Amino acid sequence: MSKHMRRSLSVAAVFIVLAWAQVNAWADEILVSAAASLTDVLKEISTGYQAKAKHNVKFNFGPSSGLARQIEEGAPADIFFSADLSQMDALDKKSLLEPGTRKNLLSNQLVIIVPADSKIVIASPKDLLKTDVKNIALAEPASVPVGVYSSKYLTDEGLWDQVKPKIVPVQDVRATLASVESGNVEAGFVYKTDAAISKKVKIVYEVPVDKGPKITYPIAVVKESKNKNAARDFMNYVRSPAAKDAFKKYGFVVID
Amino acid sequence: MILSFETWEITLFSISVGLASALLILPFGIALAWLFARKKWPLKSVVETIVLLPLVMPPVSTGLILLKIFGRRSPLGQWLYDRGIEIVFNWKGVLIAMSVMSFPLLVRSVRTSFVEVNPRLEQIAATLGASPLKIFFVVTVPLAYKGIVAGALLAFSRALGEFGATILLAGNIPGKTQTLSLAIYNYVQLGKDSEAYTMLGITVGLAFLFVWCSEWLLRTRNKT
Repeated sequence: MSKHMRRSLSVAAVFIVLAWAQVNAWADEILVSAAASLTDVLKEISTGYQAKAKHNVKFNFGPSSGLARQIEEGAPADIFFSADLSQMDALDKKSLLEPGTRKNLLSNQLVIIVPADSKIVIASPKDLLKTDVKNIALAEPASVPVGVYSSKYLTDEGLWDQVKPKIVPVQDVRATLASVESGNVEAGFVYKTDAAISKKVKIVYEVPVDKGPKITYPIAVVKESKNKNAARDFMNYVRSPAAKDAFKKYGFVVID
Repeated sequence: MILSFETWEITLFSISVGLASALLILPFGIALAWLFARKKWPLKSVVETIVLLPLVMPPVSTGLILLKIFGRRSPLGQWLYDRGIEIVFNWKGVLIAMSVMSFPLLVRSVRTSFVEVNPRLEQIAATLGASPLKIFFVVTVPLAYKGIVAGALLAFSRALGEFGATILLAGNIPGKTQTLSLAIYNYVQLGKDSEAYTMLGITVGLAFLFVWCSEWLLRTRNKT
């Protein structure tokens, strides 16, 4: 190795060590794995939180099923905010949740949406059987909460077998929203709160709360979290009146 | 070897659409490769670069571009839809994604094999009175055919392995557009690891087979 090369390598090594030290100095940062439907509301809530708190909040939004799998595989999430109980239960069974931190916080409502300029009339779920409706976007019905809720609802209505061939499975509820917005599908199932944030879709049917599945969003601190105090602090903020007002503003039902 | 019906279905689907895409791009790939190898023309380097792009761009980027081109809200997409041709969330979308993504590989391989054909042999044929078309089919192609087949095999393997563009354009719909690679992704997401590993074995096996054949053809070709 030439003298010049050795010097460059030493300089690089010093930079790497400094960077590593700096990253560790930011260690008081928490990672919240949350259901995709919570994207906008949690970002707003955390802006209010980070104005006062000392630590950063980073989000990892996605389908609750995928997020739970990540945590099972050791992903460094500090908080898990799921869109259904079964994903939280799966982690609970494997003792991956911090005892005493699990709380049911929100509920929501399922709706059927179509592109805003759609001419197809869908007044009830039965209309999904119309030949005009060729593709229906739905987050993976075997695992993603909104997909599980919707397929269960359609099964209870006796429509699932006929609707299933038209289903285009997508990643999560926001991907469902995006496909309906794009016009490449005729309809999709999302939460009322997701439909509310988009001008490119319109709600054609709201699944009645008493007939549809019971939707519950639980939240908990992850046992393997390295920042449990910071996590608990943020979780308390998420359950505070200010945060609850934000949830209500976006259309969520607060059940805590 | 006992594979489930579903696994066979997915494998057969992937191979048939992959084969169709390789056959679809073959005439265009050969023609373009010949133009690159033998001719100079204005904007040639621009076209060369554009053809190469799907090879280096993230497949999802290419997929997004295709989605914008063929989506229902685009002029082309609307025109096709009115005539009953659906591309998005359809096997035709899989075909287009595979074709676009494997095209650069085909062109590059075939171009190289054309470049290796000694132009003097073509010139000699010309002096003997052969038309350009006759020269192409009687002199150039027979000398380059191993490289052409190797390129087609490589393109086919690439098509089989396509994921990013396919999932955006055609979606991951079991029984309708799900290929081997999409199925692996699905099974992993659902936590069905053993099914995923089966698919993994199939994709590795197929890829190994086709790439090995492709390389063998290139190894045993005659240099003129």
